[in-house]
Amino acid sequence: MHVPDGFINAPTSAATGVIAAGAIAVSLRGARRELDERTAPLAGLVAAFIFAVQMLNFPVAAGTSGHLLGGALAAILVGPYTGVLCVSVVLLMQGILFADGGLTALGVNITNMAIVTTVVAYALFRGLVKVLPRTRRSVTVASFVAALVSVPAAALAFTVMYAIGGTTDVSIGKVATAMVGVHVLIGIGEAAITALTVGSVIAVRPDLVYGARGLTHKLKLRVNGELVDAPQAEPEPAPVAARTSHRKVWAAGLAASLVLAGFVSFYASADPDGLEKVAADHGIDKRAEEHAVADSPLADYGVEDVDDARLSGGLAGVIGVGVTVVAGSAVFWAVRRRRSDSTSPSDTTDTTDTTPSTSTTSV
Amino acid sequence: MGAGHAHKLYRHGHSPVHGLPPHTKLAAVFAFVVVVVSTPREAMWAFGVYAVLLGAVAYVARVPAGFLLRRLLIEVPFVAFAVLMPFVAEGERVDVLGMSLSVNGLWGAWNVLAKGTLGVAASVLLAATTELRELLLGLQRLRLPPLLVQIASFMIRYGDVITDEMRRMRIARESRGFEAKGVRHWGVLAKSAGALFIRSYERGERVHLAMISRGYAGSMPVIDEVTASRAQWTYALALPCAALAVCLLGWAL
Repeated sequence: MHVPDGFINAPTSAATGVIAAGAIAVSLRGARRELDERTAPLAGLVAAFIFAVQMLNFPVAAGTSGHLLGGALAAILVGPYTGVLCVSVVLLMQGILFADGGLTALGVNITNMAIVTTVVAYALFRGLVKVLPRTRRSVTVASFVAALVSVPAAALAFTVMYAIGGTTDVSIGKVATAMVGVHVLIGIGEAAITALTVGSVIAVRPDLVYGARGLTHKLKLRVNGELVDAPQAEPEPAPVAARTSHRKVWAAGLAASLVLAGFVSFYASADPDGLEKVAADHGIDKRAEEHAVADSPLADYGVEDVDDARLSGGLAGVIGVGVTVVAGSAVFWAVRRRRSDSTSPSDTTDTTDTTPSTSTTSV
Repeated sequence: MGAGHAHKLYRHGHSPVHGLPPHTKLAAVFAFVVVVVSTPREAMWAFGVYAVLLGAVAYVARVPAGFLLRRLLIEVPFVAFAVLMPFVAEGERVDVLGMSLSVNGLWGAWNVLAKGTLGVAASVLLAATTELRELLLGLQRLRLPPLLVQIASFMIRYGDVITDEMRRMRIARESRGFEAKGVRHWGVLAKSAGALFIRSYERGERVHLAMISRGYAGSMPVIDEVTASRAQWTYALALPCAALAVCLLGWAL
């Protein structure tokens, strides 16, 4: 998704550049809080980690393979501010050194791949962790969902930018359908790997996972066969009653943000099409035959019985979110069941090349 | 940690372009790309002139054409995308070789191809003539926040270390018969990523401690401060200025 030069026009690139600069300025302040004094070396090493992890190809189906984007992973492992910084630095270096992504499109790329993915993933992750029971497993679940949504969200953000400043008038419905459709698939891979990675880190060094802070259980001592609270060395965390009341607030907020996201995507994709109505009218017949060929259910759903360009564009977005949730939960259950059935083969292979403690602790 | 860490894209040399202060080069490349992007796509000749300008820079920098062209291959995914454009875009259509193509899509494809290629070529030239350390110093001179520059420099320095770490893990996996064939093996890959994260993070903590014990107090000392003379600025900015003239002509004609 590295956007090259000339893909988005100059004013939009400049505007996204300003957005990116602002977000980075905020992140620079926030990162100091997340990493204490160790910002520069640690964030640098985490950036190097993301850089390396983007080279980790995972096989998707016969012959094809994808690679991680890493935004959600960074946000959950080291916190949102540091995550934004690290991914931005990776993108900056990719742009300058490897010519991967245009220099003028740097703002677009950072906004899409560093800011949108990280912020969406972290907001969702935080919300889910608050709503779900306080266990390690729910951290894994939350990171799965967060990563799953973050990738199509970045695709949607790209579509919005394309709608505002795209240099070719491919209809927005088409761009949205293609981008979101493809990225839902990528998102599933990203989500599975992110969740598994977070799970494996949490099994070994739960203290390193930023998103799992506050999940530590109270230290208990076994005295004469029964568990007794160890004497407190530090002040109590928030009382349980307060937390359950927060949980409702978080659940409501999560639902509201999902609904909002649906509506925003609808309007965002509907608006420019209104401007290009003539162009859209030309394209409708073409579009129908194209989607009959496409075998993605999303593509069919998006435009099959809706020939109004505005509606279909919005629908594609909303359906994208819906499919995301359904597919996400299905894959999650499948993956988890398989993991609980047979963790042994992967574990034995793993023993050799990770720290020895990985093999003794199962997720 | 300075000398041995030249990146693979860098071509050692002593040309006038190599000798320019890094921040002038960065500014020049950036200005050039901005000018290219804001050129109207209908002015086809302008892009030809841009290419000639870049060719001249490559000649002065003694970067061989083969090297430049090979590096341009990074663009291939977008070429594929650009080729699709004439088929999916809307508006007036023309028949080319029996295929109905959108005029607008053809222009769009040309637009992305020309501007993208020129942008990539400019970045490749920059990376080929500027050392990493210089590049980071240049970014700092251009008022990028020092913290960001430090993060970038750590990333660059340890990028190879971390990548090697990952390579060793891959070799360890493969020498035990592992081959990632499908979804079932995601768990193994993810655990590798997890282990890699822990190792990177712990290395970061060690590096931080080592730095503190050597007197690090939040900012890196800059010992090789570079300044650019007026002549050097003029020299570096000749490229974007020439491009700007072409661009203005492109708008005027």
